[in-house]
Amino acid sequence: MTTVRSGTERVGSVLRHVALGLGALLFLLPFYLLIRNALSTNADITSPQWTFFPDDIQWDNIGELFADPAVPMLRSLLNSVVISVLETSGAVLIGALAGYGLARIPYRHANVVLGMIVGTLMIPAAVTFVPTFVMVSTLGWVSSLQGIIVPGLFQALVVFLFRQYFLNFPRELEEAGRVDGLGYPGVFFRIVVPNSKAFVAAVATITFIGSWNAFLWPLVIAQDSSSWTVQIALSTFLTAQTVNLHELFMAAVFSILPMMLVFLGLQRFIVQGVESTGTTGQ
Amino acid sequence: MARAPLRHRLLGEQNRNLWFWVFVGPFVIGLMIFVLVPILWSIYLSFFEARNTVTPSLFVGLDNYGDMLSDPAFLSSLGTFVVFAAFIVPLTFVGSLGLALLVHRARFAKAFFRSVFFLPVACSYVVAAMIWKLSIFSGVRFGLANSVLRALGLDSVAWLSVTQPPWYWLVIVTLRLWLQLGFYMILFLAGLQRIPTVLYEAAAVDGAKPGWQVFRYITFPQLRTTSVAVLLLLLINAFQAFDEFYNLLANAGASGGGGYPPYARPPLVYLYYTALGNQQDFGHGSAGAVILALVIALFTVLQGRLLGFGRKEDRA
Repeated sequence: MTTVRSGTERVGSVLRHVALGLGALLFLLPFYLLIRNALSTNADITSPQWTFFPDDIQWDNIGELFADPAVPMLRSLLNSVVISVLETSGAVLIGALAGYGLARIPYRHANVVLGMIVGTLMIPAAVTFVPTFVMVSTLGWVSSLQGIIVPGLFQALVVFLFRQYFLNFPRELEEAGRVDGLGYPGVFFRIVVPNSKAFVAAVATITFIGSWNAFLWPLVIAQDSSSWTVQIALSTFLTAQTVNLHELFMAAVFSILPMMLVFLGLQRFIVQGVESTGTTGQ
Repeated sequence: MARAPLRHRLLGEQNRNLWFWVFVGPFVIGLMIFVLVPILWSIYLSFFEARNTVTPSLFVGLDNYGDMLSDPAFLSSLGTFVVFAAFIVPLTFVGSLGLALLVHRARFAKAFFRSVFFLPVACSYVVAAMIWKLSIFSGVRFGLANSVLRALGLDSVAWLSVTQPPWYWLVIVTLRLWLQLGFYMILFLAGLQRIPTVLYEAAAVDGAKPGWQVFRYITFPQLRTTSVAVLLLLLINAFQAFDEFYNLLANAGASGGGGYPPYARPPLVYLYYTALGNQQDFGHGSAGAVILALVIALFTVLQGRLLGFGRKEDRA
Protein backbone atom coordinates (compact mmCIF):
# COMPACT_ATOMS: atom_id res chain seq x y z
CA MET A 1 0.00 0.00 0.00
CA THR A 2 2.42 2.62 1.20
CA THR A 3 5.82 2.84 -0.37
CA VAL A 4 7.36 5.25 2.12
CA ARG A 5 7.35 3.88 5.63
CA SER A 6 7.92 6.02 8.65
CA GLY A 7 10.30 5.12 11.43
CA THR A 8 7.59 4.29 13.94
CA GLU A 9 5.93 2.03 11.39
CA ARG A 10 9.17 0.13 10.90
CA VAL A 11 9.66 -0.24 14.66
CA GLY A 12 6.06 -1.44 14.92
CA SER A 13 6.67 -4.04 12.25
CA VAL A 14 9.80 -5.33 13.99
CA LEU A 15 7.98 -5.52 17.34
CA ARG A 16 5.14 -7.42 15.70
CA HIS A 17 7.48 -10.00 14.28
CA VAL A 18 9.30 -10.38 17.59
CA ALA A 19 5.95 -10.99 19.30
CA LEU A 20 4.93 -13.46 16.61
CA GLY A 21 8.26 -15.30 16.88
CA LEU A 22 7.98 -15.62 20.68
CA GLY A 23 4.38 -16.76 20.34
CA ALA A 24 5.37 -19.34 17.73
CA LEU A 25 8.09 -20.75 20.04
CA LEU A 26 5.57 -20.99 22.87
CA PHE A 27 3.06 -22.78 20.61
CA LEU A 28 5.65 -25.25 19.35
CA LEU A 29 7.09 -25.99 22.80
CA PRO A 30 4.46 -28.63 23.78
CA PHE A 31 5.13 -30.50 20.52
CA TYR A 32 8.85 -30.43 21.29
CA LEU A 33 8.25 -31.71 24.84
CA LEU A 34 6.18 -34.58 23.45
CA ILE A 35 8.93 -35.69 21.07
CA ARG A 36 11.68 -35.09 23.65
CA ASN A 37 9.95 -37.33 26.20
CA ALA A 38 9.12 -39.97 23.61
CA LEU A 39 12.84 -40.34 22.86
CA SER A 40 14.03 -40.21 26.48
CA THR A 41 14.52 -42.78 29.18
CA ASN A 42 12.06 -42.79 32.10
CA ALA A 43 14.87 -41.53 34.30
CA ASP A 44 15.41 -38.53 32.04
CA ILE A 45 11.71 -37.67 32.01
CA THR A 46 11.36 -37.76 35.79
CA SER A 47 14.75 -36.31 36.58
CA PRO A 48 14.52 -33.42 39.09
CA GLN A 49 17.25 -31.76 37.03
CA TRP A 50 15.27 -30.83 33.92
CA THR A 51 17.24 -30.67 30.69
CA PHE A 52 16.13 -29.28 27.39
CA PHE A 53 17.81 -32.07 25.42
CA PRO A 54 17.67 -35.67 26.67
CA ASP A 55 21.09 -37.14 27.55
CA ASP A 56 20.85 -39.84 24.96
CA ILE A 57 18.19 -40.35 22.34
CA GLN A 58 16.33 -43.66 22.66
CA TRP A 59 15.15 -44.72 19.22
CA ASP A 60 14.50 -48.17 20.72
CA ASN A 61 11.41 -46.72 22.42
CA ILE A 62 9.51 -47.15 19.15
CA GLY A 63 10.08 -50.90 19.01
CA GLU A 64 9.46 -51.27 22.73
CA LEU A 65 6.06 -49.60 22.46
CA PHE A 66 4.76 -51.92 19.77
CA ALA A 67 6.24 -55.00 21.44
CA ASP A 68 4.65 -54.33 24.84
CA PRO A 69 1.72 -56.76 25.30
CA ALA A 70 0.25 -54.59 28.08
CA VAL A 71 -0.37 -51.71 25.65
CA PRO A 72 -2.80 -52.61 22.83
CA MET A 73 -1.32 -49.87 20.70
CA LEU A 74 -1.55 -51.46 17.27
CA ARG A 75 -5.13 -52.56 17.83
CA SER A 76 -6.17 -49.13 19.10
CA LEU A 77 -4.51 -47.34 16.20
CA LEU A 78 -6.23 -49.70 13.77
CA ASN A 79 -9.61 -49.09 15.45
CA SER A 80 -9.05 -45.35 15.22
CA VAL A 81 -8.21 -45.56 11.51
CA VAL A 82 -11.27 -47.71 10.73
CA ILE A 83 -13.60 -45.50 12.80
CA SER A 84 -12.30 -42.19 11.47
CA VAL A 85 -12.26 -43.26 7.81
CA LEU A 86 -15.73 -44.82 7.87
CA GLU A 87 -17.26 -42.08 9.99
CA THR A 88 -15.75 -39.28 7.90
CA SER A 89 -16.68 -40.75 4.51
CA GLY A 90 -20.18 -41.62 5.71
CA ALA A 91 -20.82 -38.28 7.40
CA VAL A 92 -19.51 -36.32 4.41
CA LEU A 93 -21.55 -38.36 1.89
CA ILE A 94 -24.78 -38.22 3.91
CA GLY A 95 -24.20 -34.57 4.77
CA ALA A 96 -23.37 -33.49 1.22
CA LEU A 97 -26.46 -35.24 -0.17
CA ALA A 98 -28.72 -33.64 2.43
CA GLY A 99 -27.09 -30.24 2.01
CA TYR A 100 -27.56 -30.40 -1.75
CA GLY A 101 -31.17 -31.51 -1.46
CA LEU A 102 -31.93 -28.65 0.93
CA ALA A 103 -30.16 -26.08 -1.22
CA ARG A 104 -31.31 -27.13 -4.66
CA ILE A 105 -34.35 -29.44 -4.81
CA PRO A 106 -37.54 -27.40 -4.45
CA TYR A 107 -39.82 -29.01 -1.87
CA ARG A 108 -42.76 -27.43 -0.14
CA HIS A 109 -41.72 -28.34 3.40
CA ALA A 110 -37.98 -27.92 2.96
CA ASN A 111 -37.97 -25.08 5.50
CA VAL A 112 -39.55 -27.29 8.15
CA VAL A 113 -36.84 -29.90 7.61
CA LEU A 114 -34.12 -27.24 7.67
CA GLY A 115 -35.55 -25.76 10.86
CA MET A 116 -35.43 -29.15 12.55
CA ILE A 117 -31.80 -29.66 11.55
CA VAL A 118 -30.71 -26.21 12.69
CA GLY A 119 -32.67 -26.80 15.91
CA THR A 120 -30.60 -29.86 16.80
CA LEU A 121 -27.49 -27.85 15.98
CA MET A 122 -28.37 -25.69 18.97
CA ILE A 123 -28.36 -28.70 21.32
CA PRO A 124 -24.73 -29.35 22.20
CA ALA A 125 -23.81 -32.91 21.25
CA ALA A 126 -22.25 -33.65 24.61
CA VAL A 127 -25.48 -32.96 26.49
CA THR A 128 -27.13 -35.82 24.61
CA PHE A 129 -24.52 -38.42 25.54
CA VAL A 130 -26.62 -39.92 28.34
CA PRO A 131 -29.76 -40.43 26.18
CA THR A 132 -27.75 -41.60 23.17
CA PHE A 133 -25.91 -44.09 25.37
CA VAL A 134 -29.26 -45.43 26.58
CA MET A 135 -30.30 -45.81 22.94
CA VAL A 136 -27.10 -47.44 21.73
CA SER A 137 -26.97 -49.84 24.67
CA THR A 138 -30.49 -51.09 23.92
CA LEU A 139 -29.23 -51.84 20.41
CA GLY A 140 -26.51 -53.98 22.03
CA TRP A 141 -23.76 -51.86 20.50
CA VAL A 142 -21.72 -51.16 23.65
CA SER A 143 -18.05 -52.00 23.07
CA SER A 144 -18.53 -52.25 19.32
CA LEU A 145 -17.06 -50.16 16.54
CA GLN A 146 -20.50 -49.51 15.01
CA GLY A 147 -21.61 -48.11 18.37
CA ILE A 148 -18.93 -45.45 17.96
CA ILE A 149 -19.31 -44.92 14.19
CA VAL A 150 -23.04 -44.96 13.42
CA PRO A 151 -24.24 -42.14 15.73
CA GLY A 152 -21.39 -40.01 14.33
CA LEU A 153 -22.65 -40.31 10.76
CA PHE A 154 -25.41 -37.77 11.25
CA GLN A 155 -23.81 -34.41 11.87
CA ALA A 156 -26.12 -31.45 11.51
CA LEU A 157 -23.17 -29.08 11.19
CA VAL A 158 -21.88 -30.91 8.10
CA VAL A 159 -25.31 -30.65 6.45
CA PHE A 160 -25.54 -26.98 7.32
CA LEU A 161 -22.07 -26.17 5.92
CA PHE A 162 -22.80 -28.03 2.67
CA ARG A 163 -26.16 -26.30 2.28
CA GLN A 164 -24.56 -22.87 2.68
CA TYR A 165 -21.89 -23.82 0.16
CA PHE A 166 -24.27 -25.31 -2.45
CA LEU A 167 -26.51 -22.21 -2.29
CA ASN A 168 -23.63 -20.34 -3.91
CA PHE A 169 -22.71 -23.05 -6.42
CA PRO A 170 -22.95 -21.69 -10.00
CA ARG A 171 -26.31 -22.77 -11.42
CA GLU A 172 -25.09 -22.55 -15.02
CA LEU A 173 -22.94 -25.65 -14.54
CA GLU A 174 -25.93 -27.62 -13.30
CA GLU A 175 -28.12 -26.37 -16.16
CA ALA A 176 -25.52 -27.59 -18.66
CA GLY A 177 -25.73 -31.08 -17.16
CA ARG A 178 -29.49 -31.02 -17.20
CA VAL A 179 -29.49 -30.14 -20.90
CA ASP A 180 -27.33 -33.22 -21.41
CA GLY A 181 -30.13 -35.29 -19.88
CA LEU A 182 -28.82 -35.81 -16.35
CA GLY A 183 -31.26 -36.13 -13.45
CA TYR A 184 -30.58 -34.96 -9.89
CA PRO A 185 -28.15 -37.78 -9.03
CA GLY A 186 -26.26 -37.35 -12.31
CA VAL A 187 -25.92 -33.60 -11.85
CA PHE A 188 -24.84 -34.08 -8.24
CA PHE A 189 -22.25 -36.81 -8.73
CA ARG A 190 -20.90 -35.85 -12.16
CA ILE A 191 -20.97 -32.07 -12.00
CA VAL A 192 -21.44 -30.68 -8.49
CA VAL A 193 -19.11 -33.00 -6.54
CA PRO A 194 -16.17 -32.90 -9.00
CA ASN A 195 -16.36 -29.10 -8.97
CA SER A 196 -16.46 -28.90 -5.16
CA LYS A 197 -13.36 -30.88 -4.29
CA ALA A 198 -11.76 -28.12 -2.22
CA PHE A 199 -14.83 -27.63 -0.05
CA VAL A 200 -15.38 -31.37 0.36
CA ALA A 201 -11.72 -31.66 1.41
CA ALA A 202 -12.18 -28.89 3.97
CA VAL A 203 -15.26 -30.46 5.55
CA ALA A 204 -13.68 -33.94 5.43
CA THR A 205 -10.51 -32.70 7.18
CA ILE A 206 -12.47 -31.05 9.97
CA THR A 207 -14.68 -34.13 10.37
CA PHE A 208 -11.66 -36.45 10.34
CA ILE A 209 -9.84 -34.45 13.02
CA GLY A 210 -12.99 -34.40 15.15
CA SER A 211 -13.49 -38.13 14.71
CA TRP A 212 -9.85 -39.07 15.40
CA ASN A 213 -9.67 -36.86 18.49
CA ALA A 214 -13.14 -37.73 19.84
CA PHE A 215 -12.96 -38.71 23.49
CA LEU A 216 -16.19 -38.61 25.49
CA TRP A 217 -18.30 -40.78 23.17
CA PRO A 218 -15.69 -43.54 22.66
CA LEU A 219 -15.01 -43.44 26.43
CA VAL A 220 -18.69 -44.14 27.04
CA ILE A 221 -19.04 -46.86 24.40
CA ALA A 222 -15.64 -48.60 24.24
CA GLN A 223 -15.76 -50.37 27.59
CA ASP A 224 -13.71 -53.30 26.36
CA SER A 225 -10.09 -52.86 25.28
CA SER A 226 -10.79 -54.55 21.93
CA SER A 227 -12.86 -51.53 20.89
CA TRP A 228 -10.55 -48.83 22.32
CA THR A 229 -9.58 -45.96 20.10
CA VAL A 230 -6.08 -44.58 20.43
CA GLN A 231 -7.38 -41.68 22.56
CA ILE A 232 -9.00 -44.09 25.02
CA ALA A 233 -5.86 -46.22 25.18
CA LEU A 234 -3.76 -43.13 25.96
CA SER A 235 -6.25 -41.88 28.52
CA THR A 236 -6.36 -45.24 30.27
CA PHE A 237 -2.61 -45.21 30.77
CA LEU A 238 -2.58 -41.52 31.60
CA THR A 239 -5.11 -41.87 34.41
CA ALA A 240 -3.65 -45.16 35.71
CA GLN A 241 -0.86 -45.05 38.26
CA THR A 242 1.88 -47.30 36.97
CA VAL A 243 3.10 -46.69 33.50
CA ASN A 244 6.21 -46.40 31.43
CA LEU A 245 6.31 -42.70 30.72
CA HIS A 246 8.49 -42.92 27.63
CA GLU A 247 6.16 -45.54 26.13
CA LEU A 248 3.16 -43.34 26.86
CA PHE A 249 4.75 -40.36 25.13
CA MET A 250 5.85 -42.48 22.17
CA ALA A 251 2.27 -43.74 21.87
CA ALA A 252 1.09 -40.12 21.87
CA VAL A 253 3.52 -39.30 19.06
CA PHE A 254 2.03 -42.11 16.97
CA SER A 255 -1.47 -40.91 17.82
CA ILE A 256 -0.88 -37.40 16.49
CA LEU A 257 1.31 -38.36 13.52
CA PRO A 258 -1.59 -39.26 11.15
CA MET A 259 -3.39 -36.07 12.22
CA MET A 260 -0.40 -33.85 11.56
CA LEU A 261 0.07 -35.33 8.09
CA VAL A 262 -3.61 -34.92 7.16
CA PHE A 263 -3.64 -31.47 8.70
CA LEU A 264 -0.51 -30.07 7.09
CA GLY A 265 -1.54 -31.49 3.72
CA LEU A 266 -5.09 -30.15 3.74
CA GLN A 267 -4.73 -27.09 5.95
CA ARG A 268 -5.15 -24.59 3.12
CA PHE A 269 -8.55 -26.08 2.27
CA ILE A 270 -9.74 -25.55 5.85
CA VAL A 271 -8.64 -21.95 5.77
CA GLN A 272 -10.25 -21.46 2.34
CA GLY A 273 -13.41 -23.18 3.54
CA VAL A 274 -13.69 -20.89 6.57
CA GLU A 275 -13.05 -17.87 4.38
CA SER A 276 -15.56 -18.86 1.67
CA THR A 277 -18.55 -19.81 3.82
CA GLY A 278 -17.65 -20.60 7.40
CA THR A 279 -19.43 -19.70 10.59
CA THR A 280 -18.87 -16.01 10.44
CA GLY A 281 -20.89 -14.75 7.52
CA GLN A 282 -23.69 -15.58 5.18
CA MET B 1 -36.01 -49.95 -25.02
CA ALA B 2 -38.65 -50.70 -22.44
CA ARG B 3 -36.37 -49.21 -19.76
CA ALA B 4 -36.20 -45.77 -21.22
CA PRO B 5 -39.64 -44.58 -20.12
CA LEU B 6 -39.12 -45.86 -16.55
CA ARG B 7 -35.74 -44.23 -16.35
CA HIS B 8 -37.23 -41.07 -17.69
CA ARG B 9 -40.08 -41.22 -15.22
CA LEU B 10 -37.80 -41.65 -12.20
CA LEU B 11 -35.13 -39.15 -13.10
CA GLY B 12 -37.47 -36.52 -14.41
CA GLU B 13 -37.82 -33.12 -12.82
CA GLN B 14 -41.47 -33.81 -12.10
CA ASN B 15 -40.54 -36.14 -9.26
CA ARG B 16 -38.98 -33.47 -7.10
CA ASN B 17 -40.54 -34.56 -3.82
CA LEU B 18 -39.18 -38.05 -4.30
CA TRP B 19 -35.70 -36.77 -5.11
CA PHE B 20 -35.75 -34.40 -2.15
CA TRP B 21 -36.29 -37.34 0.17
CA VAL B 22 -33.73 -39.51 -1.62
CA PHE B 23 -31.12 -36.82 -0.91
CA VAL B 24 -32.25 -35.58 2.50
CA GLY B 25 -33.97 -38.73 3.81
CA PRO B 26 -30.93 -40.73 4.98
CA PHE B 27 -29.77 -37.85 7.15
CA VAL B 28 -33.21 -37.10 8.56
CA ILE B 29 -33.82 -40.77 9.45
CA GLY B 30 -30.44 -40.98 11.19
CA LEU B 31 -31.05 -37.73 13.01
CA MET B 32 -34.40 -39.01 14.27
CA ILE B 33 -33.00 -42.34 15.46
CA PHE B 34 -29.77 -41.09 17.02
CA VAL B 35 -30.68 -37.60 18.22
CA LEU B 36 -34.43 -37.05 18.55
CA VAL B 37 -35.42 -40.47 19.92
CA PRO B 38 -32.63 -40.42 22.57
CA ILE B 39 -33.65 -36.94 23.67
CA LEU B 40 -37.31 -37.96 24.07
CA TRP B 41 -36.25 -41.18 25.78
CA SER B 42 -34.09 -39.19 28.16
CA ILE B 43 -36.97 -36.85 29.03
CA TYR B 44 -39.10 -39.95 29.69
CA LEU B 45 -36.42 -41.54 31.88
CA SER B 46 -36.00 -38.33 33.86
CA PHE B 47 -39.47 -38.86 35.39
CA PHE B 48 -38.66 -42.37 36.60
CA GLU B 49 -36.53 -44.11 39.16
CA ALA B 50 -34.10 -45.73 36.70
CA ARG B 51 -30.98 -47.34 38.12
CA ASN B 52 -29.30 -49.96 35.95
CA THR B 53 -32.30 -50.09 33.64
CA VAL B 54 -33.66 -48.22 30.65
CA THR B 55 -37.18 -49.69 31.04
CA PRO B 56 -38.12 -48.35 34.48
CA SER B 57 -41.45 -48.92 36.21
CA LEU B 58 -41.44 -46.53 39.18
CA PHE B 59 -42.78 -43.10 38.17
CA VAL B 60 -41.40 -40.39 40.45
CA GLY B 61 -42.65 -37.24 38.73
CA LEU B 62 -40.34 -34.30 39.21
CA ASP B 63 -38.41 -35.88 42.10
CA ASN B 64 -35.27 -36.43 40.01
CA TYR B 65 -35.28 -32.77 39.06
CA GLY B 66 -35.77 -31.74 42.67
CA ASP B 67 -32.92 -34.03 43.77
CA MET B 68 -30.57 -32.62 41.16
CA LEU B 69 -31.40 -28.98 41.90
CA SER B 70 -30.81 -29.52 45.63
CA ASP B 71 -27.69 -31.66 45.13
CA PRO B 72 -24.70 -29.54 46.20
CA ALA B 73 -22.40 -31.57 43.93
CA PHE B 74 -24.48 -30.84 40.84
CA LEU B 75 -24.81 -27.17 41.73
CA SER B 76 -21.09 -26.91 42.36
CA SER B 77 -20.50 -28.44 38.92
CA LEU B 78 -22.45 -25.51 37.45
CA GLY B 79 -20.30 -23.21 39.60
CA THR B 80 -17.20 -24.86 38.17
CA PHE B 81 -18.50 -24.14 34.69
CA VAL B 82 -19.09 -20.47 35.54
CA VAL B 83 -15.53 -20.05 36.86
CA PHE B 84 -14.11 -21.88 33.83
CA ALA B 85 -16.14 -19.79 31.37
CA ALA B 86 -15.20 -16.58 33.19
CA PHE B 87 -11.54 -17.36 32.46
CA ILE B 88 -11.61 -19.11 29.12
CA VAL B 89 -14.15 -17.02 27.17
CA PRO B 90 -12.54 -13.56 27.54
CA LEU B 91 -8.96 -14.91 27.38
CA THR B 92 -9.62 -16.85 24.16
CA PHE B 93 -11.51 -13.94 22.64
CA VAL B 94 -8.77 -11.39 23.31
CA GLY B 95 -5.96 -13.84 22.57
CA SER B 96 -7.29 -15.09 19.25
CA LEU B 97 -8.20 -11.57 18.11
CA GLY B 98 -4.71 -10.37 19.07
CA LEU B 99 -3.04 -13.24 17.22
CA ALA B 100 -5.22 -12.62 14.16
CA LEU B 101 -4.28 -8.91 14.09
CA LEU B 102 -0.58 -9.73 14.43
CA VAL B 103 -0.67 -12.44 11.73
CA HIS B 104 -2.85 -10.33 9.44
CA ARG B 105 -0.36 -7.45 9.47
CA ALA B 106 2.79 -9.58 9.36
CA ARG B 107 5.00 -8.80 6.39
CA PHE B 108 7.20 -11.89 6.61
CA ALA B 109 6.36 -15.58 7.00
CA LYS B 110 2.64 -14.91 7.36
CA ALA B 111 1.68 -18.44 6.24
CA PHE B 112 4.24 -19.93 8.62
CA PHE B 113 2.89 -18.10 11.66
CA ARG B 114 -0.69 -18.91 10.72
CA SER B 115 0.18 -22.62 10.46
CA VAL B 116 2.07 -22.69 13.77
CA PHE B 117 -0.79 -21.11 15.72
CA PHE B 118 -3.36 -23.29 13.93
CA LEU B 119 -1.41 -26.55 14.39
CA PRO B 120 -2.58 -27.39 17.96
CA VAL B 121 -6.18 -27.53 16.63
CA ALA B 122 -5.24 -30.94 15.19
CA CYS B 123 -3.93 -32.19 18.57
CA SER B 124 -6.27 -34.11 20.86
CA TYR B 125 -7.20 -33.06 24.39
CA VAL B 126 -5.84 -36.38 25.64
CA VAL B 127 -2.37 -35.78 24.22
CA ALA B 128 -2.37 -32.16 25.36
CA ALA B 129 -3.45 -33.25 28.86
CA MET B 130 -0.57 -35.74 28.87
CA ILE B 131 1.98 -33.05 28.01
CA TRP B 132 0.52 -30.61 30.52
CA LYS B 133 0.13 -33.14 33.34
CA LEU B 134 3.31 -35.17 32.94
CA SER B 135 5.75 -32.77 31.36
CA ILE B 136 5.00 -29.11 32.03
CA PHE B 137 3.01 -29.04 35.26
CA SER B 138 4.03 -32.38 36.70
CA GLY B 139 4.57 -33.21 40.35
CA VAL B 140 6.62 -31.38 42.89
CA ARG B 141 10.02 -32.70 41.90
CA PHE B 142 10.26 -32.55 38.15
CA GLY B 143 8.58 -30.88 35.22
CA LEU B 144 9.27 -27.79 33.17
CA ALA B 145 7.25 -25.28 35.19
CA ASN B 146 8.81 -26.28 38.51
CA SER B 147 12.29 -26.24 36.98
CA VAL B 148 11.68 -22.68 35.83
CA LEU B 149 10.40 -21.75 39.30
CA ARG B 150 13.47 -23.28 40.95
CA ALA B 151 15.77 -21.47 38.52
CA LEU B 152 14.09 -18.26 39.67
CA GLY B 153 14.68 -19.26 43.28
CA LEU B 154 11.02 -20.01 44.00
CA ASP B 155 9.38 -23.04 45.60
CA SER B 156 7.98 -25.92 43.56
CA VAL B 157 4.22 -26.16 43.24
CA ALA B 158 2.02 -29.27 43.26
CA TRP B 159 -0.01 -27.93 40.36
CA LEU B 160 -2.90 -30.36 40.11
CA SER B 161 -3.28 -31.61 43.66
CA VAL B 162 -3.65 -28.47 45.74
CA THR B 163 -6.86 -26.48 45.98
CA GLN B 164 -5.43 -23.59 48.02
CA PRO B 165 -4.24 -21.69 46.05
CA PRO B 166 -6.13 -23.22 43.13
CA TRP B 167 -3.20 -23.67 40.75
CA TYR B 168 -5.09 -26.36 38.81
CA TRP B 169 -7.03 -23.59 37.06
CA LEU B 170 -3.80 -22.35 35.49
CA VAL B 171 -3.15 -25.85 34.09
CA ILE B 172 -6.71 -26.32 32.78
CA VAL B 173 -7.03 -22.86 31.25
CA THR B 174 -3.63 -22.74 29.53
CA LEU B 175 -4.23 -26.18 28.03
CA ARG B 176 -7.48 -25.14 26.40
CA LEU B 177 -6.01 -21.82 25.29
CA TRP B 178 -3.22 -23.64 23.45
CA LEU B 179 -5.65 -26.01 21.77
CA GLN B 180 -8.32 -23.54 20.66
CA LEU B 181 -6.69 -20.12 20.13
CA GLY B 182 -5.66 -21.04 16.57
CA PHE B 183 -9.16 -22.04 15.52
CA TYR B 184 -10.72 -18.74 16.61
CA MET B 185 -7.74 -16.88 15.14
CA ILE B 186 -8.66 -18.35 11.73
CA LEU B 187 -12.25 -17.12 12.14
CA PHE B 188 -10.98 -13.62 12.97
CA LEU B 189 -8.50 -13.71 10.08
CA ALA B 190 -11.36 -14.53 7.71
CA GLY B 191 -13.29 -11.59 9.17
CA LEU B 192 -10.32 -9.24 8.80
CA GLN B 193 -9.93 -10.25 5.15
CA ARG B 194 -13.49 -9.16 4.45
CA ILE B 195 -13.05 -5.59 5.69
CA PRO B 196 -12.93 -3.31 2.61
CA THR B 197 -9.62 -1.42 2.35
CA VAL B 198 -11.63 1.66 1.34
CA LEU B 199 -12.64 2.05 4.98
CA TYR B 200 -9.01 2.27 6.10
CA GLU B 201 -8.20 4.74 3.34
CA ALA B 202 -11.16 6.89 4.36
CA ALA B 203 -10.03 6.74 8.00
CA ALA B 204 -6.52 7.80 7.00
CA VAL B 205 -7.96 10.75 5.06
CA ASP B 206 -10.01 11.72 8.10
CA GLY B 207 -6.84 11.76 10.16
CA ALA B 208 -7.37 8.67 12.29
CA LYS B 209 -4.09 7.53 13.83
CA PRO B 210 -3.06 4.04 12.76
CA GLY B 211 -3.20 1.70 15.71
CA TRP B 212 -5.71 2.10 18.50
CA GLN B 213 -7.99 4.66 16.79
CA VAL B 214 -8.30 2.66 13.57
CA PHE B 215 -8.90 -0.51 15.58
CA ARG B 216 -11.48 1.15 17.83
CA TYR B 217 -13.51 2.86 15.09
CA ILE B 218 -12.99 0.67 11.99
CA THR B 219 -11.61 -2.83 12.59
CA PHE B 220 -13.46 -3.86 15.72
CA PRO B 221 -16.93 -2.66 14.62
CA GLN B 222 -16.40 -4.38 11.26
CA LEU B 223 -15.67 -7.66 13.08
CA ARG B 224 -19.01 -7.58 14.92
CA THR B 225 -20.56 -10.59 13.19
CA THR B 226 -17.41 -12.64 13.70
CA SER B 227 -17.14 -11.58 17.34
CA VAL B 228 -20.72 -12.59 18.09
CA ALA B 229 -20.22 -16.00 16.46
CA VAL B 230 -16.92 -16.52 18.34
CA LEU B 231 -18.47 -15.64 21.71
CA LEU B 232 -21.41 -18.00 21.18
CA LEU B 233 -19.14 -20.86 20.11
CA LEU B 234 -16.79 -20.22 23.04
CA LEU B 235 -19.59 -20.34 25.57
CA ILE B 236 -21.21 -23.48 24.15
CA ASN B 237 -17.82 -25.22 23.93
CA ALA B 238 -16.95 -24.21 27.49
CA PHE B 239 -20.20 -25.79 28.68
CA GLN B 240 -19.14 -29.06 27.05
CA ALA B 241 -15.72 -29.16 28.71
CA PHE B 242 -14.93 -32.73 29.62
CA ASP B 243 -11.77 -34.12 28.01
CA GLU B 244 -9.14 -31.98 29.72
CA PHE B 245 -10.79 -32.04 33.16
CA TYR B 246 -11.12 -35.81 33.03
CA ASN B 247 -7.63 -36.49 31.74
CA LEU B 248 -5.87 -34.03 34.02
CA LEU B 249 -7.68 -34.95 37.22
CA ALA B 250 -9.14 -38.49 37.06
CA ASN B 251 -6.91 -41.10 38.60
CA ALA B 252 -8.20 -44.63 38.44
CA GLY B 253 -8.49 -46.04 34.95
CA ALA B 254 -10.90 -45.03 32.25
CA SER B 255 -14.11 -46.85 33.08
CA GLY B 256 -16.17 -46.92 36.21
CA GLY B 257 -13.61 -45.56 38.61
CA GLY B 258 -14.38 -42.74 40.95
CA GLY B 259 -10.87 -41.46 41.50
CA TYR B 260 -11.82 -37.92 40.61
CA PRO B 261 -11.27 -35.17 43.18
CA PRO B 262 -14.44 -33.39 44.34
CA TYR B 263 -13.19 -30.01 43.11
CA ALA B 264 -13.27 -28.89 39.48
CA ARG B 265 -16.01 -31.18 38.23
CA PRO B 266 -17.73 -29.45 35.34
CA PRO B 267 -21.32 -30.54 34.55
CA LEU B 268 -20.40 -33.21 32.00
CA VAL B 269 -17.89 -34.88 34.28
CA TYR B 270 -20.54 -34.92 36.97
CA LEU B 271 -23.15 -36.41 34.61
CA TYR B 272 -20.63 -38.95 33.35
CA TYR B 273 -20.06 -40.29 36.84
CA THR B 274 -23.75 -40.16 37.79
CA ALA B 275 -25.23 -41.83 34.73
CA LEU B 276 -22.44 -44.12 33.62
CA GLY B 277 -20.35 -44.64 36.74
CA ASN B 278 -20.97 -47.55 39.07
CA GLN B 279 -24.50 -46.41 39.84
CA GLN B 280 -25.78 -46.34 36.23
CA ASP B 281 -28.39 -43.90 37.50
CA PHE B 282 -30.16 -42.98 34.26
CA GLY B 283 -33.07 -41.24 35.98
CA HIS B 284 -30.96 -38.65 37.77
CA GLY B 285 -28.49 -38.51 34.89
CA SER B 286 -31.25 -37.76 32.40
CA ALA B 287 -32.78 -35.10 34.64
CA GLY B 288 -29.33 -33.50 34.90
CA ALA B 289 -28.88 -33.63 31.11
CA VAL B 290 -32.27 -31.96 30.58
CA ILE B 291 -31.45 -29.25 33.14
CA LEU B 292 -28.08 -28.70 31.48
CA ALA B 293 -29.64 -28.45 28.02
CA LEU B 294 -32.12 -25.87 29.34
CA VAL B 295 -29.37 -23.86 31.04
CA ILE B 296 -27.32 -23.86 27.82
CA ALA B 297 -30.35 -22.79 25.78
CA LEU B 298 -31.01 -20.00 28.29
CA PHE B 299 -27.39 -18.79 28.18
CA THR B 300 -27.39 -18.91 24.37
CA VAL B 301 -30.59 -16.91 24.08
CA LEU B 302 -29.45 -14.41 26.72
CA GLN B 303 -26.08 -13.92 25.11
CA GLY B 304 -27.72 -13.65 21.69
CA ARG B 305 -30.05 -10.94 23.03
CA LEU B 306 -27.23 -9.01 24.69
CA LEU B 307 -25.09 -9.10 21.56
CA GLY B 308 -28.00 -8.60 19.17
CA PHE B 309 -27.42 -11.86 17.33
CA GLY B 310 -29.65 -12.34 14.30
CA ARG B 311 -30.32 -8.66 13.66
CA LYS B 312 -31.01 -7.72 10.09
CA GLU B 313 -27.69 -5.98 9.46
CA ASP B 314 -25.76 -9.11 10.42
CA ARG B 315 -27.03 -10.85 7.33
CA ALA B 316 -25.23 -8.61 4.89
